[in-house]
Amino acid sequence: MRYLTARKRAEGKGASRTGTQHHWHMTVSAVALAFLIPVWIFVFGHALGQPLDGVRATFARPFPAILTGLVLVVGMRHFAMGAQMMIEDYARGTARKMLVIFAMSLSAVIVACGLFALVKIAL
Amino acid sequence: MVQFTLPKNSKIRTGKTWPKPEGKTVRKFQIYRWNQEDGENPRVDTYFVDMDTCGPMVLDALIKIKTEIDPTLTFRRSCREGICGSCAMNIDGINTLACIYGLDEVKGDVKIYPLPHMPVIKDLIPDLTHFYAQHASIMPWLETKTNRPAKEWRQSIEDRSKLDGLYECVMCACCSTSCPSYWWNSDKYLGPAALLHSYRWIIDSRDEATGERLDNLEDPFKLYRCHTIMNCAKTCPKGLNPAKAIADIKKMMVDRVV
Repeated sequence: MRYLTARKRAEGKGASRTGTQHHWHMTVSAVALAFLIPVWIFVFGHALGQPLDGVRATFARPFPAILTGLVLVVGMRHFAMGAQMMIEDYARGTARKMLVIFAMSLSAVIVACGLFALVKIAL
Repeated sequence: MVQFTLPKNSKIRTGKTWPKPEGKTVRKFQIYRWNQEDGENPRVDTYFVDMDTCGPMVLDALIKIKTEIDPTLTFRRSCREGICGSCAMNIDGINTLACIYGLDEVKGDVKIYPLPHMPVIKDLIPDLTHFYAQHASIMPWLETKTNRPAKEWRQSIEDRSKLDGLYECVMCACCSTSCPSYWWNSDKYLGPAALLHSYRWIIDSRDEATGERLDNLEDPFKLYRCHTIMNCAKTCPKGLNPAKAIADIKKMMVDRVV
């Protein structure tokens, strides 16, 4: 029980002066993915079902390799920021912080593993 | 974490069924009842109203029930023409004003509950203390730094027209209480109503505190909890679009950065 006025509760700790960068990055990455993903699906679909040498040859070319790298980095960044927003919606306190750290770490690990695999296939 | 079930003492049980009157056009009303003084769980009482002697709006039926059947039924009402916003409640699953919602718009039984996800004071009366405090926090008044002009703060017809679709808000809370983001994070998220009012002052050509107003909204929770779900625009009994106002605030925020 705390004797706080309604205004004090409504004001809370005030505005953090952040959030616009997050919103802008989500917008930019969403637009980028709208172009990247369809092209990447086309490239990936082309490589799908080919023998190992064919797949290696596809991803050894600059355009498919760079495109796949961009999809990984931009996509996982978008995922991490979106997941953070979703976690903030539904979780509170320490659970919120732990889940945000987990989502960020997971996306970083996926990017690292994906880039490693891509380099290994391409080179 | 978010709670997906009601606490034990908030679970709704079946309440009293009041006698059915004589008449050919009798309609069934199921109304949420709760009185903290009796210490019991909320219940849904069933009333029957003879529509031949009842007005066309939901509020007419509520007043008839209170006057002729059950004087303990409690609800807010004042203007009876959609101006004061007092009689906001959840009718047939929609947050709206009982005074301008026609009984002919409801198919089948009329189910009436208080505005969702707000503390209930009694029956259909929600506690709007926090909602009003959030409205006060956005400084809903003209902020100026220039010395007051001798006659009046002038505004062009074009600038005045920008306030249309915003100033009409009656603060009924239908929009905020229909917003899932507000349900889960109303302690921090200002909600559609307060943000619509905030935008009304941000774009007022006479206001000189635009920067401070935007500063006070720049927060992951106060503003950016809006995910453009659009329940607010769908439910607004005045036909306003708070989601668009919020999107316009976000655009202004981006314009300051990029």
